[in-house]
Amino acid sequence: MDESRPIFVQIAEQIENDIISGALAEESQVPSTNEFAAFYRINPATAGKGVNLLVDNGILYKKRGIGMFVTAGAQQRLRGERKDRFADEYLSPLIEEAAKLGITSDELIALIRKGDGK
Amino acid sequence: MSAVIEVSNLTKRFGRFTAVDDATFTVAENSITGLLGRNGAGKTTLMQLITAQQFATSGTIDVFGSTPVENAQVLQNICFIRESQRYPDEFRPKHVFRSAPWFFPNWDADFAARLVDDFRLPLNRRIKKMSRGQVSAVGVIVGLASRAPLTFFDEPYLGLDAVARQIFYDRLLEDYAEHPRTIVLSTHLIDEVANLLEHVIVIDGGRIVVNSDAESLRGSAVTVSGPAAAVDAFAAGREALGTERIGGLATATLASASAKDRADAAASGLELGPVSLQQLIIRLTTSEGATS
Repeated sequence: MDESRPIFVQIAEQIENDIISGALAEESQVPSTNEFAAFYRINPATAGKGVNLLVDNGILYKKRGIGMFVTAGAQQRLRGERKDRFADEYLSPLIEEAAKLGITSDELIALIRKGDGK
Repeated sequence: MSAVIEVSNLTKRFGRFTAVDDATFTVAENSITGLLGRNGAGKTTLMQLITAQQFATSGTIDVFGSTPVENAQVLQNICFIRESQRYPDEFRPKHVFRSAPWFFPNWDADFAARLVDDFRLPLNRRIKKMSRGQVSAVGVIVGLASRAPLTFFDEPYLGLDAVARQIFYDRLLEDYAEHPRTIVLSTHLIDEVANLLEHVIVIDGGRIVVNSDAESLRGSAVTVSGPAAAVDAFAAGREALGTERIGGLATATLASASAKDRADAAASGLELGPVSLQQLIIRLTTSEGATS
């Protein structure tokens, strides 16, 4: 766990990652709050907060008395949301660090091509 | 959520020494609360007061809605695992576990047996002859398997190794999830338990200095680091808990930072970093760090 952000947000992101990667398929059941709590060694109330965040966003839905399931279309939606944030979260720091080191845009693009090709 | 423990204006003096000083707080039902603080801060006295092993000098304590003092109705729902529990000289762990159901109506003997295996506890060795960690394991097993509606663990794991502590945390979480109950955990190993806690109470010099849910406490504090002059300029006028310096660089710890504070820091070229619960509590309970 990363100290700088609330644990429940990190739990929600972890579940999102598993949906994006396909590890948690759409319409499949996700582990219970208590199972998440035991796995990540966190308070069940915190795990519940993370799961509820995804329920509120429509990524997961509840079936009464059965459990929690991944909503159809969740993978596509999460990918879109992550793409929207990609420039801010990944490109800006990259460009900033490159500027600090005096790496030009062309050099940066060359580096990306090189990294992509391996 | 209803409160299992309600303490108001509680004070306990031993002669001229004030062990608990005007404490007011509540503990919610079915939560795990961390009672944290330095040695001699008043944690044990506070728990002894709530479990009616000490009498208050002034103030009130309600547990399950009534006073715990000489109140069997209340006390039979409480399990208090102390740091150094004494046992009769001839006692072996099997005697402890055999007598536990007399005191704890929810006692689960199967669960206790599983914990004995987990901790590799020798049932037939005299407790007098056991290692410090093994004696602690006896207490931990009683605390978990008693499933008392209100359980206090006062620094329960003196001498327990890292593996045994992890077993304790895992079993505590599992069993708490299946059988929700109210748990108050007092410990110095804050980093180890930080993620288990829902609520945090910090006592220092007998006074309650923090009474907050763990999640908001985690999110609030930040460190700000960069060139000393810039850090000092930023920290001036803000509530800094302490500043460390190395060469021309400094790191200040702030109890809380608003979105504007964060933006200001970034605009001044300062780096923001997280503060662990343990670091925050060290800051809050170190006297020289307390000057703001």
